[in-house]
Amino acid sequence: MFIITCPFCGERDQSEFSAGGEAHIVRPKQPTELSDDEWADFLFMRKNIKGVQFERWNHAHGCRKWFNVIRDTSNDKIHAVYKMGEKPPSD
Amino acid sequence: MSENFRSSETKFLDKTNRISFKYNGKKYYGYKGDTLASALLSNGVHLIGRSFKYHRPRGIMTCGSEEPNAIVQIGGSGSFTEPNVRATEQEIYEGLEASSQNCWPSVEFDVGGINNFISPVIPAGFYYKTFMWPKKLWYSLYEPAIRMSAGLGKSPTQPDPELYDHNHLHCDVLVVGGGISGILAASISADNGNNTVLIDDKNSLGGSTIFQDDENFKIDDEIPSVWLNNQIKNIKNKKNLIIKHRTSLAAYHSYNYLLARENLADHKSLDERSNKLRQRLWKIRAKKVILATGAIERPLIFNNNDRPGVMLANSVKKYIDYFGVRCGNKNVIFTNNDSAYETAISLNKKGINVTIVDIRNNSSSILVKNAKNAGIKIYWNHTVVDTKGYRRIKSIQIMKMSDDGTNVIGSKINLVCDNLSISGGWTPMVHLFTQSGGKLKFRDSDQVFLPNTAMSDQISIGSCNGDFELDDVIKNTNSECKNFLSASVTDYDSLTISCPKQKESKNIWLLPNDKPLGKTKPFLDFQNDSTAKDIKLAMREGFKSIEHVKRYTTTGMGTDQGKLANMHALGIISETAGVKMGSLGTTTFRPPYTPLTFGTIVGRNVGTFFDIIRKTPIHEWHENHKAKFENVGQWKRAWYYPKNNESMHQAVQRESKAARESAGILDASTLGKIDIKGTDASEFLNRVYTNAWSKLAIGKCRYGLMLNEDGMVYDDGVTTRLEENHYVMTTTTGGAANVLSKLEDYLQTEWPELDVWLTSVTDHYATASICGPNSKNILKKLFPKLEFNDENFPHMSFKNAELNGINCRIMRISFTGEHSYEINIESKYGKSLWENCIEAGKEFNITPYGTETMHLLRAEKGFIIVGQDTDGTMTPIDLQMEWIISKKKYDFIGKRSLYRSDTMREDRKHLVGLLTDNPREILEEGAQIVQDEKKQPIEMLGHVTSSYFSPNLNKSIALAVVKNGKKLKGQKLLVPMKDKTINVTVSDFVFFDSKNERLNA
Repeated sequence: MFIITCPFCGERDQSEFSAGGEAHIVRPKQPTELSDDEWADFLFMRKNIKGVQFERWNHAHGCRKWFNVIRDTSNDKIHAVYKMGEKPPSD
Repeated sequence: MSENFRSSETKFLDKTNRISFKYNGKKYYGYKGDTLASALLSNGVHLIGRSFKYHRPRGIMTCGSEEPNAIVQIGGSGSFTEPNVRATEQEIYEGLEASSQNCWPSVEFDVGGINNFISPVIPAGFYYKTFMWPKKLWYSLYEPAIRMSAGLGKSPTQPDPELYDHNHLHCDVLVVGGGISGILAASISADNGNNTVLIDDKNSLGGSTIFQDDENFKIDDEIPSVWLNNQIKNIKNKKNLIIKHRTSLAAYHSYNYLLARENLADHKSLDERSNKLRQRLWKIRAKKVILATGAIERPLIFNNNDRPGVMLANSVKKYIDYFGVRCGNKNVIFTNNDSAYETAISLNKKGINVTIVDIRNNSSSILVKNAKNAGIKIYWNHTVVDTKGYRRIKSIQIMKMSDDGTNVIGSKINLVCDNLSISGGWTPMVHLFTQSGGKLKFRDSDQVFLPNTAMSDQISIGSCNGDFELDDVIKNTNSECKNFLSASVTDYDSLTISCPKQKESKNIWLLPNDKPLGKTKPFLDFQNDSTAKDIKLAMREGFKSIEHVKRYTTTGMGTDQGKLANMHALGIISETAGVKMGSLGTTTFRPPYTPLTFGTIVGRNVGTFFDIIRKTPIHEWHENHKAKFENVGQWKRAWYYPKNNESMHQAVQRESKAARESAGILDASTLGKIDIKGTDASEFLNRVYTNAWSKLAIGKCRYGLMLNEDGMVYDDGVTTRLEENHYVMTTTTGGAANVLSKLEDYLQTEWPELDVWLTSVTDHYATASICGPNSKNILKKLFPKLEFNDENFPHMSFKNAELNGINCRIMRISFTGEHSYEINIESKYGKSLWENCIEAGKEFNITPYGTETMHLLRAEKGFIIVGQDTDGTMTPIDLQMEWIISKKKYDFIGKRSLYRSDTMREDRKHLVGLLTDNPREILEEGAQIVQDEKKQPIEMLGHVTSSYFSPNLNKSIALAVVKNGKKLKGQKLLVPMKDKTINVTVSDFVFFDSKNERLNA
C-alpha cells in the first residue's frame, strides 16, 4: 500500500487509485492505415518491467483524473507524477 | 492435592485475584496476570498436546508468540470456540475453558501415538510418495483419511458472535516492541516532539529486562528491573506518546503502512466482554518506524529434545522471576552461551536444584564465576545425547564432546531431572523488517541474520538488530535513535551500565551423538515434527533450495511459521552442503507475524455490511408487494412478484402475458445514466458508439452499441438528445461505473481537445417503464396535456412533461417490443411516480413485472443482454448486428479490430436462436451444444446463453452462441444433458413480432 501524490489533490492512499497500465501508448490517429501486426502491437503489447516503469493511474475514488506515474516496480518507489499530456520530468 | 509450583511472590501477579479455569475438563486456579501456560505450570501441568505427525506428547516450551507446542482449543464447543491458541499468550480469566488438540481419546492416552513407533516408515515426503497409486483410491480412501487426521484444533461451526473493528492511525513515529530498547526509543521520540505510538503484544511493558533482578547487572547503580520500571512510569506521562498494550504487529508493508491487531477482550470473562469489541485492526501509516521486536532464544538440536519439560532457558527464567513459577524441582540447563546462566542463578537463588551442561570449554565471565561460586555443578564441553520420560522428562544422558565438536567420547553420564532448560543463543526477529522489503546480512560470529538495507524510513534497534547484551542495547539504541530522529541530547547519553557476560557462544547446529542420525529424533520443527534427519533426507533426494526443503519437509510451516525451526534448518543445510550459511538466504517472511482471526481481518464488513446494497427509490413499494429480489451488481432489483403462492415460473408466465396483452410496469431506475454536455458531445458519441450520431435530431433517441478497442461488445443502451449540446446516455445496470470510467479515460487521455463533460446521474433519476398495448392510454391519463399520436410522439423520441407539477422526461423506447414509455423523474419523487402509474393503470390491469419477465420478453424479441448473451469475445458481427456498424465513419472505438484476421473469420461463434423439438422442453442456460455425440473427443460448438418458456408463443425459446451459427439455420443440433440428450433446431433469434408491428400498436 503505497502513497501516490495526485497532481490535483495531493498525497493520498493507494486505495483511492486504480492502475491503468503502461503510459505513453498513444492511440493511432489513423487505425485503418495500420497492418494487423501494427494494430495488435498497440492493442495488446505492453512492457512489464522490473524496475522503473511509466504508468497511468486514475484517482478513481477522488477527482477521477488520469495522470502519469513513474514507479519502480521492484520496490514501489515513485519517482515522479505528472499530468496527462505533459512530458515526463527529465532527471 | 497436587503440588503447588508457585514458589515465590511476584509483583506482576495480583495475588488477591484468584481465578479458576478449566483445562481438559479439570478445574485449576491461577492469578490475575497469569497466562494459561504459567497457570498450568504452577499446577505442575506440562503435557499440553500431541505433535502433528507422530502424536508425541509435547509440553510448554516458551513464554511467547514463538510457542510451537502449547497450542490449545479455547472456549468449549460453542460459537466462541477458537483453535490453535497459544497457551503462552492467552491470559486466564474466570471461567476460561481450554483443551488439548490433536489427540484422541485424551492427551494422556492418544491412539495416534502409534505413529511415533512407525515413524521410520513415514519420513518426509511420505504422503507425496505413498498416495500416488492406485489413482482411483485417492478420492475414495486416501484423501478422506488424510483430511480426517489433518489439522490441529477444531474450527467453530457457528457464526462468530463477537464484534471486530478497523481503525486508522497516523503518527510521526511508530515504535514496535515494548522491551527496554522500545521504551527508550519511544521516550527519545516523544521528547523530541514527535507524535509517537508504542505498541507491545504483552499486557505490560518491559520485555525481559523488567524481571532482570540480578545485582550483577546495573544501570546507573540500579538493578535493571528497578531502573526500567521508573522509565516506564516516566513515559506514561508523556503527552505525545500513545501506548498500546496487547497489540501485535501483523504486517509491515511498503511506505510504512502497517497492520496491528489490538486485543481488547480475550483476557476478559465472557460476561465482561458481551457486546464489546473483541479485537481491533489498526491500519497504521507512520512517517518513521522503529523496530524493537527483540530476539527469540534458539533451542538446541539433539536426540529426543521434544519431551514435555524441555523448555527454553530464558522462558524458564521468566516463569520463575515474572510469574513466580518453577518449571521443575530438579533442573538441568543445557547451553552454548552465557545467557542461560542467568536462569541458573535465578533458580539457584530461589533454592531450586540446578545443574549446567555447557558445550563450550569454558567461559570467564563474572556471571559464570557467580554460578560456580553458588555451587552450581557445570559440565563443560558436554552435550546431551538422549532424554528419557514419556509424558514428562525424567532424566538425560550426557557425553563429553571431541575437541572439534563433531563427535562424542567417553562414557555416558545419567542426570535425573524434571526440567531441561535449553539455550542455543539468540535469533533476532527480523520478520517485520524483511516484510517491509528490507534486505538482510549475515553475521558469522554468532550466526545471525541482521537488518541491512531498509526500503522505507525505519531503523531496527536492540536485540532484533543483533545487540543482545544490556550495555550494547542501551548505548546503541540511544545513538541510533538520536541519529534517526535528529535528536541532540537524550536522557540516556551518560548512563553507566554493567553487564557481566561474555558475548562469545559456540554454535553447533546439530549436536553430535553416539548413535547414527537414523536412530535418533533431533527435532527442529516441534509443531510439524520435522527432524534433522528429514532435512538431510530432502538434501539426499536432491532438494537444494531452502524454499524447497521447507516445503518438502514442512519445516517452518506450522502456525508458528518456524520461529524456532528455520535457523536450524538453514544451519543444518549449510553444514551438510558445506556452503556458507549467509549465502543460502532465508525463506520468505510473510504476514501475518502471528495468526489473525478472520473476524479481525473482516472487521465490520459482515452481514449486511459485507458490501454496499443499492436500492431504488421504489424499493419499499416492491417489498410491500411481496417482490422477490435479485442482486444485479450492488443493486437489489425486483425479480418477480408472486401472487397467492405462485412459483417463480407461474409468476413470470403471468407477468409476461399481461405485459403483452394489456400493460406491464418495470422499475428501470437501476439502468446507468450518464449526462453528457459540451459542444463536442455529438462527435464524442460518434467515436464511442459503432453507429452514427451527428444527425440525431433534438428530442430523438437512438440505440447504441459500444465496443472495446479489441472489437468486442462492451455495453449497450439508448441515448437521447435533450438539447443541441446535451445528451443523456443509458448503460446496462452492471456496466454503469465501468462505462463512465472508460469514457473519462478516452476523454482525458486520447481526446483532451473535445469539449465534453460527463456526469453520472444514475442515482438522480427514478425510472418507471410502462409497456403493452394500453401503455399509451395510461400515459394519456397521467399526462393529459401531452399528445401521444405517432406523429407528435413517435417511437424513439422524447418529451419533457410535468406530473403534478414535477418535471419528467418521457422516452418512447422499448426493450420488450411493445409500445412502451420510460418516465424519468427526480429520485425523491420516484415512489410517487410509480404509485401514480399503478393507480392510472388499474383499469387496464397494469401488472408490475420484474427482471425475469423483462429478460423473457426481450428474449422473445431477440434483444441481447450484454454480459449474458455476450462474454467479451463477441463482436457485433458475431451477434448478427452488422446493421449497427456505420460504414461511413472513419473511426470509432474498436473499429480497426473488426478487420483483424481473427475477427473476420467466418467460423466464429454467432448468436442464433434455438428451438427444442419438444416445445415443452426448456434448455438449461450454459448447456453445451454439439453436433455429433459419437465423435471422440466431442466437439463443443457453443452454449445456450438465454432460455425461457414463452407464454406468448406457447413454446420454449433459447438464444445461443454456436460456431458458424449463421450458416446453420434450420440444422438439427444436440444439447447433451446429464440424463438425456435434447434435440434442437437452429432458428432465427427473433421469435416474436419480427416485423416490429407492436411498437406502434
